[in-house]
Amino acid sequence: MDIVGNVLPQVLKDEATEDKGEMARLQSFVGAIAVADLVKTTLGPKGMDKILKPTGPGQEMTHITVTNDGATILKSMYVENPAAKILIEISKTQDEEVGDGTTTVAVLAGELLREGEKLIQKRIHPQHVIAGWRIARDVALKRLRDISTENDINSQEFHDDLVKIARTTLSSKLITTDRDYFADLCVKAVLRLKGSSNLDYIQIIKLPGGTIRDSYLDDGFILKKQITIGCKRRIENAKILVANTAMDYDKIKIYGTKVKVNSMDKVAEIEAAEKEKMKHKVDKILKYQPTVFVNRQLIYNYPEQLLADSGITVIEHADFEGMERVAAATGAEILSTFDAPERSQQVLGHCDLIEEIMIGEEKMIKFTGCKKNEACTIVLRGASTHILDEVDRSIHDALCVLITTVKNKRVVWGGGNSEMQMAAACEEEAKKVQGKQAFAIEAFARALRQIPTIICDNGGYDSAELIQNFKVELQKGNQTCGLNMTDGTIGNMNELGVKECLRVKEQALMAASEAAELIMRVDNIVKCAPRKRERA
Amino acid sequence: MSLAFDDYGRPYIILRDQGQKKRMKGLEAYKSNILAAKAIANTLQSSLGPKGMDKMLVSPDGDVSVTNDGATIVEKMEIQHPTAKLLVELSQSQDAEIGDGTTGVVVLAGKLLEQALTLLDKGIHPLKISDGFDRACDVAIKHLEQIAEEIDIQANDHEALIQAACTALGSKVVSKRKRELGKIAVTAVLDVADLTRKDVNLDLIKIQTKTGGSVEDTRLISGILIDKDMSHPQMQKEVTDAKICLLTCPFEPPKPKTKHNINISNAEDYNKLYQQEQQYFIDMVKLVKNSGANIALCQWGFDDEANHLLLQNDLPAVRWVSGTDVELIAMATGARIIPRFQEITPEKLGKAGSIKEVQFGTSNERMLVIENCQCTKAVTILIRGGSQMIVDEAKRSIHDAICVIRNLIKDNRIVYGGGSAELACALQVLQYADEVSSVEQYAVRSFADALEGIPSCLADNCGLNPITSVAQAKSRQLSEKNPRIGIDCMDLGTTDMKEQRIYETLSSKKQQIQLATQVVKMILKIDDVIAPDDY
Repeated sequence: MDIVGNVLPQVLKDEATEDKGEMARLQSFVGAIAVADLVKTTLGPKGMDKILKPTGPGQEMTHITVTNDGATILKSMYVENPAAKILIEISKTQDEEVGDGTTTVAVLAGELLREGEKLIQKRIHPQHVIAGWRIARDVALKRLRDISTENDINSQEFHDDLVKIARTTLSSKLITTDRDYFADLCVKAVLRLKGSSNLDYIQIIKLPGGTIRDSYLDDGFILKKQITIGCKRRIENAKILVANTAMDYDKIKIYGTKVKVNSMDKVAEIEAAEKEKMKHKVDKILKYQPTVFVNRQLIYNYPEQLLADSGITVIEHADFEGMERVAAATGAEILSTFDAPERSQQVLGHCDLIEEIMIGEEKMIKFTGCKKNEACTIVLRGASTHILDEVDRSIHDALCVLITTVKNKRVVWGGGNSEMQMAAACEEEAKKVQGKQAFAIEAFARALRQIPTIICDNGGYDSAELIQNFKVELQKGNQTCGLNMTDGTIGNMNELGVKECLRVKEQALMAASEAAELIMRVDNIVKCAPRKRERA
Repeated sequence: MSLAFDDYGRPYIILRDQGQKKRMKGLEAYKSNILAAKAIANTLQSSLGPKGMDKMLVSPDGDVSVTNDGATIVEKMEIQHPTAKLLVELSQSQDAEIGDGTTGVVVLAGKLLEQALTLLDKGIHPLKISDGFDRACDVAIKHLEQIAEEIDIQANDHEALIQAACTALGSKVVSKRKRELGKIAVTAVLDVADLTRKDVNLDLIKIQTKTGGSVEDTRLISGILIDKDMSHPQMQKEVTDAKICLLTCPFEPPKPKTKHNINISNAEDYNKLYQQEQQYFIDMVKLVKNSGANIALCQWGFDDEANHLLLQNDLPAVRWVSGTDVELIAMATGARIIPRFQEITPEKLGKAGSIKEVQFGTSNERMLVIENCQCTKAVTILIRGGSQMIVDEAKRSIHDAICVIRNLIKDNRIVYGGGSAELACALQVLQYADEVSSVEQYAVRSFADALEGIPSCLADNCGLNPITSVAQAKSRQLSEKNPRIGIDCMDLGTTDMKEQRIYETLSSKKQQIQLATQVVKMILKIDDVIAPDDY
């Protein structure tokens, strides 16, 4: 019904809903803030973890995940609120782009919207709020870039920086007690890549058992497969042939082929031909003179035996990933046809030693002294699979941050320093801006300052007092001050060695403000009628 | 449903399943139709102009999109009312024809219908109303052409084009970077434009999206970007002076369309067949290699063996390239699309300066860039942004900007935005109304009121008082004889749109007024709606 009392015809489908103006805005704010509040408690070194439990039949309690990683938490949540979905989306993008700061980005966007809501209540038009935020964002970004420092990639300082960054990233995770150990481990792994950003070369193997401390970095490459029975378990100076070919039986690839025989003799003949064909293939492989044969697919007993008889160590069923890694590490070419044995020198991979090793209960194959020495393996040990999964995610975060740092080289101080600096820059700017936008700029500063505040709160410290002291300390010109989360004081980040990667901060700032703006601009939410699903 | 009775008082059944249908006719039908259409226009109204707001749309599967683009909004709203659907089509045809102004056209139609409603209440026949609207529309269009100005698109480093693109981008979420994005769009269009024929083939501009980074990282690649990587992980990642073989047949043994069976009955045949199969692969690769190609792009898949043979022959290859990409590459590099291996000849190869693989972010996503193509300069705009929704919206916005620039290249006449053109037309129509001596006079006058609705709506969205600002602008237009006075949406202190440099294309404005009038006429002609009752 409209105001006059005319009955409005129904325009949208039956179950579709349309919310306008204040209602729509309220709905987005509530949703986005709820999501931000949910992950808020995981922020910082004293943040807590979440248990994620899947719903649905048949998997109660079997696949629970314990994690501190914002992206993982948000990804596994099922939300219906459209604004909440936007927050989850930016967290995912942050994960893909830089790998860390996934919680920060969601929390920052949430805090911005919380401040935005207050401004709307003061009857400031959303477009004015957005205009202010845009100014604030540019100012904050400029300050962030100004305070960052850069060291030469080969210098000792840069190396120290990397260790500090890794420590900072890991300090909010489960392995915080062993962060020095793992930071060192991650830095070594990343430095082996020599500037390449291909994380494929760093393999992470998780094996339950032992303690977290038993984890180690192996300079070789470890394949989680077994050497076929009857082959040598230790090969020195190995020549490796990596193949992706059918070694069960060669199916005929020509379309529409059928084998039709009219007598038992013929069956035997065909079988012999089939065997002959396989033998022929093996012979061709042998011409390459490898000492180790790795195949992606299954190898049947017959060819396996033929190969083993010739003294070749056979590794079957290496999946795509494993095969590509072996190929990359040893410098081998992945073969599918075997008609050019003269290229043997080019296509075979080399490594000094291949041996079967036992880690915990499991047998694995270790390749040491590979031709391309970039590959390495991190073996993680821990009391349970849940712990291992979380350690894996933490290590992954740290590796991503380190790789980003190696590319970008610029670093900023951690411990809330960069956020406080940006907030200060926004406040200075707000004093110069005429018009209502100034409120929004101040709001932006408050939202930024919420990040260190939440970190304090999560640590159980008096955030109001600490943040005020922090502000004063910065005002005095102490550029390196930050939160000391072990003592609950304002400390010197240089002495504490808390550093963060500029790129991560930049990306978080930009993604959060973009998302907040996107949500702020909405004045109408149309939900289409949900698709009817057939009940199974 | 009205019933007819025969002499004995039994009802006639006129329509099939009459009982289950609902029928509206006469004034009731007019009003219901108009109200439904107006509901859509009302939804879009707040998206109009630089300070317009966005709509959040949740699809039946729960996917969220946020947009400001009229055509996208009405499309994703999943409207079911039959008359309201006409407005959806209206917006879409504006999108297809012009590409920009999709919100404006719906809002104008809504304003016209609003006026029609009051005229109907006065007892004026719908056909008289539509006649009046028609005549008014002609007057408005004529006046638009009079006030339109030709601009020099070449002057000052294509400044005019950039300004027009900025106007189109001004209302979108990416407006903070409108200048940069506008420049990208202008460069992209000029790169592929045929200025002598005044034509732009928009197929040559590919818009590729990739989440991550921010909108600032959006850039123009003077080449083609395809979201694929080399078929074999060890193929070389960069090819310079590429000679491209563009295939639409798989690297697999042939698969005839006719259903057939090959029966093997003895071992000899079996071996022969195997030989034959091996030969296929060798021949295929040889044919490609012999033609002098140094990269093969294929629309289909590769067999493992063929894939390796390609690697062994130092022939990088890409599989599963999409059909549109294949065509684009063909156009840009001058390659002929080759459907059979036997037909590969050196002349059919395309040429490009370089082809290389680029990587994004921490996850292992790679894309191929084909640069310095031989024939036309196909370009790709790579859009980055914090999330999928931003990237999608940026894509729609850039598409709008590109369309505006294309329209300007085709026809370099512009009118000024900010509601000034509509106001000028409204004044002209109003003047004409007095010359009309029949009932249509009222309709013509209402048409003028509806046109005024656009600037008033703009003013409303910008937080200005619509009545005062429109009245001011109107009186200044009359007293200064300046059709460029509009609404100062951006708070820049001047209402002269020439000074604000708000450019809109004449073709878009004309199309808006014509299309809106047509749809309104169509709605006004409906006097009977018969529909299933569950509506």
